[in-house]
Amino acid sequence: MKRFLKITALAGAILLAAGPSGQAAGEAQHPRDGGFSFANLFGTFDRASAQRGFQVYKEVCANCHSMRLLSYRNLVELGLSEAEVRAIAATFTVTDGPNDEGAMFERPARLSDRFRSPFANDAAARTANNGALPPDLSVIVKARHDGANYLYSLLTGYGQEPPAGVTIGDGMNYNPYYPGGQIAMGQVLNDDQIEYTDGTNASADQMARDVTTFLAWASEPETEERRRMGIRVLVFLAIAGLLAYGVKRKIWAELKTKSA
Amino acid sequence: MADMATQPSAPPAGAPQATKRDFLALSATAFAAVGVGAIVWPFISSMNPARDVLAMASTEVDLTPIATGMAVTVMWRGKPVFVRNRTAEEIATARAVPVSELRDPQTDQSRVQRDNWLVMVGVCTHLGCVPLGQRPTDVRGDYSGWFCPCHGSHYDGSGRIRKGPAPTNLAVPQYTFLTPTQIRIG
Amino acid sequence: MALGLHKSEVKNPLLRWVDERLPVITMIQKEYGTFPTPRNFNYFWNFGALAMINLMIMIATGIFLAMHYQPNTLMAFDSVERIMRDVNYGWLIRYVHMNGASMFFIVVYIHIFRGLYYGSYKAPRELLWMLGVTIFLLMMATAFMGYVLPWGQMSLWGAVVITNLFSAFPVVGDFIVTLLWGGFSVDNPTLTRFFALHYLMPFMIVGVVFLHVAALHITGSNNPLGVEPKGPQDTIPFHPYYTIKDTVGIVVYLMVFAALVFFSPNYLGHPDNYIPANPLSTPAHIVPEWYFLPYYAILRAVPDKLGGVILMFSSILVWFAVPWLDSSKVRSMNFRPVARIFFLLWCISFGVLMYCGGKPAEEPFVTISRIATAYYFAYFLVVLPLLGRFERPMPLPESISRAVLGIKAMGGGPLPAGAAAKPMEKA
Repeated sequence: MKRFLKITALAGAILLAAGPSGQAAGEAQHPRDGGFSFANLFGTFDRASAQRGFQVYKEVCANCHSMRLLSYRNLVELGLSEAEVRAIAATFTVTDGPNDEGAMFERPARLSDRFRSPFANDAAARTANNGALPPDLSVIVKARHDGANYLYSLLTGYGQEPPAGVTIGDGMNYNPYYPGGQIAMGQVLNDDQIEYTDGTNASADQMARDVTTFLAWASEPETEERRRMGIRVLVFLAIAGLLAYGVKRKIWAELKTKSA
Repeated sequence: MADMATQPSAPPAGAPQATKRDFLALSATAFAAVGVGAIVWPFISSMNPARDVLAMASTEVDLTPIATGMAVTVMWRGKPVFVRNRTAEEIATARAVPVSELRDPQTDQSRVQRDNWLVMVGVCTHLGCVPLGQRPTDVRGDYSGWFCPCHGSHYDGSGRIRKGPAPTNLAVPQYTFLTPTQIRIG
Repeated sequence: MALGLHKSEVKNPLLRWVDERLPVITMIQKEYGTFPTPRNFNYFWNFGALAMINLMIMIATGIFLAMHYQPNTLMAFDSVERIMRDVNYGWLIRYVHMNGASMFFIVVYIHIFRGLYYGSYKAPRELLWMLGVTIFLLMMATAFMGYVLPWGQMSLWGAVVITNLFSAFPVVGDFIVTLLWGGFSVDNPTLTRFFALHYLMPFMIVGVVFLHVAALHITGSNNPLGVEPKGPQDTIPFHPYYTIKDTVGIVVYLMVFAALVFFSPNYLGHPDNYIPANPLSTPAHIVPEWYFLPYYAILRAVPDKLGGVILMFSSILVWFAVPWLDSSKVRSMNFRPVARIFFLLWCISFGVLMYCGGKPAEEPFVTISRIATAYYFAYFLVVLPLLGRFERPMPLPESISRAVLGIKAMGGGPLPAGAAAKPMEKA
């Protein structure tokens, strides 16, 4: 039985290792490792980077991509003060209503409002983007295999020559990290395109890194709490396990001495 | 689980290891109890208002369209809030009542921030019905305020309970005047 | 007088009053307290209790999720994300439920593996085994419908593919599919009914689990030797010996569970299910959840639509017949060295099918799947019936207590039955 188990366990381990990772069967190039702090098993989000990432999203990505699952109030968790977030929200106008006369009206956004979407609906988004739909970014890091590294690689993967024999369609761009190699989104991050409020040098690589951190946080805002709680739960269970095992040994020891 | 019903399967009393095992078993049981408590809390907590619900917990009201003697009802946290622009006469009547006569003694002054604007949660303190008295055509009760049709509670022009089963005055929510013509409730 | 109060032995007067009228305490005492259990269980015998705990965890988390979930195609995806972001501890409850499904299948697969290896399905436990297979089928249906609820891309397309399986049946196929959908495609009516059924089926599972346990308590448990207990010296009371042993197993299981939930909650899931369902575009590479991969591979191994569907369903239905297919009188494979090799191959074929199910339907995976499928069925339909006639099993021990207490007892001449029986008498 023991050897049997060993063989089965070995086979299982091989399968487990090969299984889920084997899903990324595609022509896309394997993403580069961005070395993100949150990728670590016990890692946390770099707040400063995530705040800069929000600035990149706001000034660049938000022109085409919605983040409809996030509210302005969520930004408080990024380390911004409530007053700051209120001020950020107030710079956006959202449609509210109907009012007492039955008409919709515009007002500055409040903390409880969702991020304003750039387009009224998918059809409008497609029309404005040459037929391509810019995906919502709320959970994008969860929705892609190896999400953070993929986004970082994708955003910094422009400007390479397509391999011989590949013709890039009209209005498309070559990016080796995108499945199929042709992506409707052009290169959007260029050096010094925006001016960071904290004075960090806004290189394209820095912006890609920051916006990826922000989007990773947005996809799984519970990550840090989850990992903290996980450590506590595992420590608790480890002690409980030792106690239970101790009790079990005691109880069974009595049985054995009596029977033998 | 079955522990409380099983007495006989315990080890013979007085066995040398008994105390050590009891101590172990006791700490294991204590651990299990803590664990169960820690498991139960997230479930209970999940039934409390979620963060998006809490974030929506304030409402802004524009007072300009409310003429003297008129009232509006706005929604706040899913409940009606009565906002009334009282006439000088209504204010005077409310303030003339001796506080000692009241079931829930409160002066009219302590219930308003600006004399004419009365802001109250429009939920009867008896069993939660919405009292009548907001519309000009409504029955307003024996004290010219609000009247709850469910079980006959009468409130006066300051929203204080005067007659009927309700134990306390209509509640005044937390609100602030953002401008002289705009308030935020909550 | 035939009727009257139950003769209770409970000491506490209040509990006694209850027990005399409704002898639940006596029953618990009998079935989980003094219940005579073979003394030689190994840790594989924890997995029944683990499955029970897992079912309870799924029902508890599921009920609380249902308080926040919206079974409507327009709101389902967002309501799940709202649970993850805004509901207090919503992420925890949802991740426990989501990974709980995987844990449930891990636990139940090991439970089934245990049954197949130690011959727990053999007489007189055939019905016990069949009830277990029924539970597994209900679990599969529940898991499948649960996966549809978040209404991501995999939810929708999994539902489309699986419901379309039924269209393979001649004459009634299209009728069944339309009936399942409640429309002309997988859409809002489908989602809403899947939610209703997903909430109902766990309670059906509870019912069958009750029967499963009731049947177990008639025949008693099998054990690693596969030799029935011959007397009190072979058994010990369930409590405290196995309650505490199960507790140890439960803590270890919870640690694995916690590691998954807190540190890698999406490892066993597919990223595409975080893309909202889009009926106009199928993901490039759709796969079911890992626990369905072997059956998916069997389905794809057959070039014929109806044939594939039938073979896939048969791969589980054949389990019902195992008690009669296996001709060996020896239960435990510890004493069947040849059978052990064939069973190991079966486990490998199951694993290979799981692997191929997650791969695209192209060579060499199709051929590998076909070979593995062939062996999967051959094991049940050829090996088990024939092997029992030709193999020569190792000699069985005389009794559990002889085997367990070993040399010492043997050396001391005949087993001191009185001494060994002591714990039983106490219980």
